[in-house]
Amino acid sequence: MKQTKTMEMLVGMFVAAGLAALFVLAMQVSNLSSFREEGSYTLIARFDNIGGLKVRSAVKAAGVVVGRVANVDFDNERQEAVVTMRINERYNRFTDDTSAGIYTAGLLGEQYIGLESGGSDEYLVDGSEIDAGLTQSAIVLEKLIGKLVMDKAGGQ
Amino acid sequence: MLDWIRRLGAGWIQLFEKLGRGHLFLWKTLVGLPSVLVRPRLLLAQLFSVGVLSLMLIAVSGLFVGMVLALQGYNTLVDFSAEESLGVMVALSMVRELGPVVTALLFAGRAGSALTAEIGLMKATEQLSGMEMMAVDPLHRVIAPRFLAGFVSMPLLVAIFSAVGIWGGYFVGVGLLGVDEGAYWAQMQAKVDLHDDVLNGVIKSLVFGFVTTWIAVFEGYDTIPTSEGVSRATTRTVVHSAFAVLALDFVLTALMFGDN
Repeated sequence: MKQTKTMEMLVGMFVAAGLAALFVLAMQVSNLSSFREEGSYTLIARFDNIGGLKVRSAVKAAGVVVGRVANVDFDNERQEAVVTMRINERYNRFTDDTSAGIYTAGLLGEQYIGLESGGSDEYLVDGSEIDAGLTQSAIVLEKLIGKLVMDKAGGQ
Repeated sequence: MLDWIRRLGAGWIQLFEKLGRGHLFLWKTLVGLPSVLVRPRLLLAQLFSVGVLSLMLIAVSGLFVGMVLALQGYNTLVDFSAEESLGVMVALSMVRELGPVVTALLFAGRAGSALTAEIGLMKATEQLSGMEMMAVDPLHRVIAPRFLAGFVSMPLLVAIFSAVGIWGGYFVGVGLLGVDEGAYWAQMQAKVDLHDDVLNGVIKSLVFGFVTTWIAVFEGYDTIPTSEGVSRATTRTVVHSAFAVLALDFVLTALMFGDN
């Protein structure tokens, strides 16, 4: 009888340890805690070129992650990229003249969207679109180099 | 020549017969699963021998795999001064691949072979036919609890393996090699996705647990009831499990992570 009790306890501990490990993986290792549970609102921005931006790329304001890219689509009519962002609803004070640019974290790092508020009194709300004149496309390195080479060649 | 063709044909027929027997066996076992829930004590005993006894092996292996990953990863990443990404690298490799695969291989060697040998010896010593004589279905009484125990243990073992491995990587990376502690965890949390990475790892572990346990109990049940037969069945369990796990891992990885 004693032996069965020990066995029961060990099995119980095993199952508990397994579940605890799963819990650790979910909470400590993955990004469950960031945006999943909290409310968020949608912003839309159009870019000529999004470079390497992907779904789930970060949206940052002043370097702080305030949301994620939810969807990337191509507008067939206007031949532009349409990026849908989900912004944490805690950060709802982006003015309606907020500018959005696609930047790279480090030289070879991931690309993210940087938001910068303007001076307007009106705020962006759920579903707002960032003004087309205020978006800045990703810098494509090949284009830049190509341009540089062309300038050099033209200068001589 | 004719003899050779005949043997070739016989080989294929045997293969298909075995495949058929295996699936019929699986079906009967699955049908027998509800009877296990009526007798949870049987399941408990099997959880002990399959899960708890594998725990030490799995935890220690996980620790060392994580430590080696951190050491190797650091040496490569430091050249690009990207050693802050060590946590991401260790976590993703553990959660996506090494956790499920290495655990399944160890599990097949530790628990699978034991299951096959046990059931095979039961058959060789005619305990299984004895049970049938007493109108006890050995599939319900012997096979089903073992099968369920393997299926339940595997995801838990994989989770322990991965978690311990990530801690092992932390000890080596942060403790010995001086990677920034905040960066180790923060980058990991930023890059590891609950659904894409952790849940897919769990799905993998469920599939591997199902397959390795199925192979183990079937090889035991299907063994030729001699001492040589049992030894061959045990070998086959380990070989077939390893093969099935690695092949399935490729298929699952292609399905889960193929589109990005």
